[in-house]
Amino acid sequence: MSTYTFYPGCAMESNAKAYYLSLMEVAKTLGIDLQEIEDWNCCGATEYVGMNLIPAYSLIARNLALAAKMGSKTLVSPCSACYLNLAKADYYMTERPSLGETVNEALAAGGLHYQPGSLDVRHFLDVLINDIGLDALRAKVVQPLKGLRVAPYMGCMIPRPDYHKRWSDTEHPTELVDVLKAIGAEVVEFPSAATCCGGHMTQIGPETAYELIRRLISSAEAAQADIMVTVCPMCQVNIDAYQGETNRHFGTNYEMPIVFFTQLVGLALGFAPEKLGFGTEITSAAKALARIGMDIPKSAEEGGPRKKQGGLPMPPCLRKNVKGAAEEAKA
Amino acid sequence: MSQITDERVRSRLPRTEDLSLLHEVSMKTAGVSRLEMCIQCGSCGGSCPSEMDMDHTPRTLFAMLRAGMRDEVLQSNTPWICVSCYHCVVRCPQNVHITDVMYTLKAMAIREKKYRDATAPDFAETFVEMVEKYGRSYEFGLATRHYLKHAPMRMVSMAAMGLGMLKKGRISMKPRTIKGMEQLTAILNKAKEMELAA
Repeated sequence: MSTYTFYPGCAMESNAKAYYLSLMEVAKTLGIDLQEIEDWNCCGATEYVGMNLIPAYSLIARNLALAAKMGSKTLVSPCSACYLNLAKADYYMTERPSLGETVNEALAAGGLHYQPGSLDVRHFLDVLINDIGLDALRAKVVQPLKGLRVAPYMGCMIPRPDYHKRWSDTEHPTELVDVLKAIGAEVVEFPSAATCCGGHMTQIGPETAYELIRRLISSAEAAQADIMVTVCPMCQVNIDAYQGETNRHFGTNYEMPIVFFTQLVGLALGFAPEKLGFGTEITSAAKALARIGMDIPKSAEEGGPRKKQGGLPMPPCLRKNVKGAAEEAKA
Repeated sequence: MSQITDERVRSRLPRTEDLSLLHEVSMKTAGVSRLEMCIQCGSCGGSCPSEMDMDHTPRTLFAMLRAGMRDEVLQSNTPWICVSCYHCVVRCPQNVHITDVMYTLKAMAIREKKYRDATAPDFAETFVEMVEKYGRSYEFGLATRHYLKHAPMRMVSMAAMGLGMLKKGRISMKPRTIKGMEQLTAILNKAKEMELAA
């Protein structure tokens, strides 16, 4: 059992709970002990740094200071944005020592201190490949995902800017491909693997984001992927939950599911889909799982019992996604 | 050197360049921005996935910074369209921290109230407000407030998706607050004080 300090990030508690569930099962099985930082705070995403520099870096540094007290030198994050923010703050405070001094002055107001460069900030995928190793992973596979065509989506903030040269390539990284091959999946040719999902543009400039989402989904579709996998909560939400909006915007009808890589690794390690958060995706992964003879129980798909079919009252033009609306429209 | 100055005089250009804006932006950027090293090659704009929606490519914007066009730069939508994908950063032959320069320009535009479209600045402000109140991000509060203010019509079309996320237990209606709020507030207040003094 190797012990690491763990920074989950806000999304793991809400929209990416499937990631959290599956990550914990996978980590436990592979002998990775993740010790959560006590009372960590938000990393500020891409918003805080765009408003106030010193407060933004102090916000991140509080986590680094708390993590440094935990014992392990390695700080692991599963979220791309959190990983980059933590790694970047650490790196910039060493690159420009005056920033480190200023940030430490702020930290002192809260009784904390952080020595820049004293932690190794790493993504969970990096730990899985470089510490545990593909051979150890292969040895634990009980259900190879033979015949499942997967598009490996790495996104931006893990392979780039890569301050410590941890990744195979900044634009064509192979790590995710290697993991998927190790669990027996069929990895499709996916040239958009490290392009952008739009990040928070789905909120602030949706048309810019929809175009980026469309490019990704159409690329996976062209490669005849059954499913996409991601390493990041933001990418998952954009491609999964905003797929309907993207379809509406372009008049397309894509149905491309996207799940976290730990969910597929979990399946290969023998966990049941509902233990791994399958069914919480908005664009259902049921059809993809059926290709490898697995199904998602109805209860997991529905998200528990409902009082009334049909949901909240909505204008007819919006009802196509709501159960029972089609029959109602016909009547 | 003197020859260049003579040419500048003949062409009625200022004798010396005013690089104060360029330096200001560079110094305000985290890390060592290397903004001064830009050779105007255009790799950034050519690598940018959202360049089609930008008023200026990053290269143009950096030329404008060098030319001291403060208002035009801070009014440009370019930093707000940047998706932080770091494609330009890894391709830049001069290793300019382009994404971080964009963050600096956003912060300057907010402080000087120069931005033209308030959607993104307001989103950032609401996000920061939530983090400063709870210590964690609070998506439900952020999304409802943002859509009510900036896109009430879009809120209607987003209802189906929001409902789906709620149904699947992927949105928490209640915020989570960290225990060390007092500590975090003390740190952030001190940091803001220093930010204003800088």
